[in-house]
Amino acid sequence: MGLKKFIDKIKPNFEEGGKLQAFRSVFDGFETFLFVPNTTSKSGVNIHDAFDSKRMMIMVVIALFPAFLFGSYNVGYQHYMLSGLDGSVWNMFLFGFLAVLPRLIVSYAVGLTIEFIVAQWKKQEIHEGFLVTGFIIPLIIPATCPLWILALAVAFAVIFAKELFGGTGMNFLNVALIARAFIFFAYPTVITGETVWVVDHSILGLGADMDGLTAATPLGIASTTAAAPEFNMNMVWGLIPGSVGETSVVAIALGALLLLYTGIASWKTMFSVFAGGILMAVVFNQWGPDNAMAQMSWYEHICLGGFCFGAVFMATDPVTSARTETGKWIYGLLIGIMAITIRVLNPGYPEGMMLAILLLNCFAPLIDYCVVQRNVKKRANRILNNK
Amino acid sequence: MAEIIRLRKGLDIKLLGNPSCEVIQSESSDTYALCPPDFTGVTPKLAVKEQQMVKAGEALFIDKNHPEVKFVSPVSGEVLAVNRGARRKVLSIVVKPDAKQKHVEFKTKSVQSLSGDEVKSHLMESGLFGFFRQRPYDIIANPDDTPRGIFVSAFDTNPLAPDFEIVLKGNELDFQTGLSALAKIAPTTLSISASQTAQALTQVNNVDLYVFKGPHPAGNVGVQINRIRPVNKGEVVWTMAPEAVIFIGRLFNKGIVDLTRIIAVAGEEIVNPTYLRIMSGARISTIVKGRLKRKDHIRIINGNVLTGVKASEDDYLGSFANMITVIPEGDDVNEFMGWIAPRFKQYSVSRTFFSWLSCSKKRFSIDARIKGGTRHMIMSNEYDKVFPMDIYPEYLIKAIITGNIDKMEAYGIYEVAPEDFALCEFVDSSKLELQRIVREGLDNLRAEMA
Repeated sequence: MGLKKFIDKIKPNFEEGGKLQAFRSVFDGFETFLFVPNTTSKSGVNIHDAFDSKRMMIMVVIALFPAFLFGSYNVGYQHYMLSGLDGSVWNMFLFGFLAVLPRLIVSYAVGLTIEFIVAQWKKQEIHEGFLVTGFIIPLIIPATCPLWILALAVAFAVIFAKELFGGTGMNFLNVALIARAFIFFAYPTVITGETVWVVDHSILGLGADMDGLTAATPLGIASTTAAAPEFNMNMVWGLIPGSVGETSVVAIALGALLLLYTGIASWKTMFSVFAGGILMAVVFNQWGPDNAMAQMSWYEHICLGGFCFGAVFMATDPVTSARTETGKWIYGLLIGIMAITIRVLNPGYPEGMMLAILLLNCFAPLIDYCVVQRNVKKRANRILNNK
Repeated sequence: MAEIIRLRKGLDIKLLGNPSCEVIQSESSDTYALCPPDFTGVTPKLAVKEQQMVKAGEALFIDKNHPEVKFVSPVSGEVLAVNRGARRKVLSIVVKPDAKQKHVEFKTKSVQSLSGDEVKSHLMESGLFGFFRQRPYDIIANPDDTPRGIFVSAFDTNPLAPDFEIVLKGNELDFQTGLSALAKIAPTTLSISASQTAQALTQVNNVDLYVFKGPHPAGNVGVQINRIRPVNKGEVVWTMAPEAVIFIGRLFNKGIVDLTRIIAVAGEEIVNPTYLRIMSGARISTIVKGRLKRKDHIRIINGNVLTGVKASEDDYLGSFANMITVIPEGDDVNEFMGWIAPRFKQYSVSRTFFSWLSCSKKRFSIDARIKGGTRHMIMSNEYDKVFPMDIYPEYLIKAIITGNIDKMEAYGIYEVAPEDFALCEFVDSSKLELQRIVREGLDNLRAEMA
């Protein structure tokens, strides 16, 4: 318990009036990170469940790890394959990891700095929400995204989509998706097209400098040409170009298992997103326009693009999703339907998941309102019938 | 047998230190006290001075707004002290008992021959009316109201709570008399648990009987009312703890106020948890003497772990407390990296811990730590899983936090009491003080409606 003693010794410096009080929130964050706070309840229940928001957020980060690790490998795999180089699995992974790591660092550094400053300013504890957001952002952008644009996007999202509304738990839009949407609308060239999905330079001696490496995502091909790419198992394993974490259905499924098992993500939301997507894909197959995207089979729709990643990690965000159980069914279903609809009917942009989730984020409170209003009406009727 | 109402939502928290079935006679306490803050909503006006002699059943204070409602001393003796807190609020009136107890004589009366109003005024005179609580607002009942009904729950599903069948043994006649008295005032409903078999519970007269089955909070009277017939705006229902029904029966059968009761003394830090026959208002030190496993880092709770309040040995058994619980405080525990460590011994309903894997009989040690920082509401559906009422708890809480009276009404605040949110507060990963929020909401609403 030497560490505990040391922390207790330096603690007074960080309290109000101490030498280092400007770093109170940072200290507090690290202290509670190291030890479960042993403050005891003063009012209300005398005992509490051991589950808290720190543990919740960490579980989501753990669930994201398979997608992160496989995504890193895939970044390397795409580079080695397109440059025609030979490389071991380890080399490919290391290359991809080194390509993704700076984005992860920038995302966390910018976001957490803002969080620490806000916590210090509002005299609050650090909210853990950004642990998840900061990990998701590098996974939903291409590995070539310039760091300064990423930094700008993270700052924009954290400040305008979260802190302005009151911090974690008060935001109504998914913060990670706002960061992506910021890049998408402000700097579309770094997140769309054929040149952004493959790293075209060597990193620390790994890989090779190859100008003009291009690779379109399968969805991109489907939206610009007459025929969708043939379905193959690489789409399931994730060895296709795309944003870092979104390509592998298998890795995402591993994360989904953990989230469902621990009950952190709602199975209702997750299930109904897939149900909505499949339903809409089948509808377009039957009655849709005669283009490649509309005629793509439902399983290809599900496997490609950000559909799985969005359904598992972003639609289920409890804060921005519908909060009533009935609402979750409707919310998820509409996300699935909208995502496929945008893919098929919007010629300008092949992917619809981001816009679908953000759109339904806006409508989630309305869905909940309608669900709760049924209960309110029931109560009002009870009074009427009594008279 | 009445139809069984099954509740699925809820949670039985299995704590270490369950009381054995034995009932021990407690030694008498050196002082007894009546604590006005126990009687929510009452503005106390003292009826005695220090050094004055009182009999058991004599008023110690009255309700300023309803002087006919008296609150009486459990014992005869000398008023030792009137303890006051901030703004001269009366915290407790302490009585030193005589060696020979003298009771105020209320004549024995046959309930059947009395009218409802006569029963009511008899209860007010004898100080037992103060055991009525009312919904809405969860305060002591207003004698001017005509309640739609009176609800009694004959079982307590709180962690380690006493088994009412043990409390009832020997008091069966008084219990039935008490129920008959209540039925004179308003239609009375008794709710029992499916596991209760005592004839005094299953074969009651003059009341409607309902049988409930399910995890905590199935025993909460608020949940039962919500299932049987919810409280609407403008309606008033009264509730009473089953122990108080026994007090009322004694008043009619014996002609005295006898607040002797059987409480549970339970919890992990108690040696041989058991039942204790003791007078209401006894000093807690008398109750826990020789029963504590250690002196430091423990928490004595006046009541159960969910709704009870932290107390010290110098405090007194609360008028509504049916148990004293002692658990570890936990302020000496430092868990390293709690967000990732497996923490096999920690109890949680969440599957991020392993406690759900252990067998359903296993009992857990839970200390008084909050185990996390307060956050905004993040997880959804946490409260709903343990809240078996036809209400959206999260939306009601948000309406209360934002002080929106219209929404509070629409979302059903008239049906709830803080105790109904105790389990929600236990499971809440955002660690919000829900019972305090609901209490403040009810108080604000009451002030607004006055």
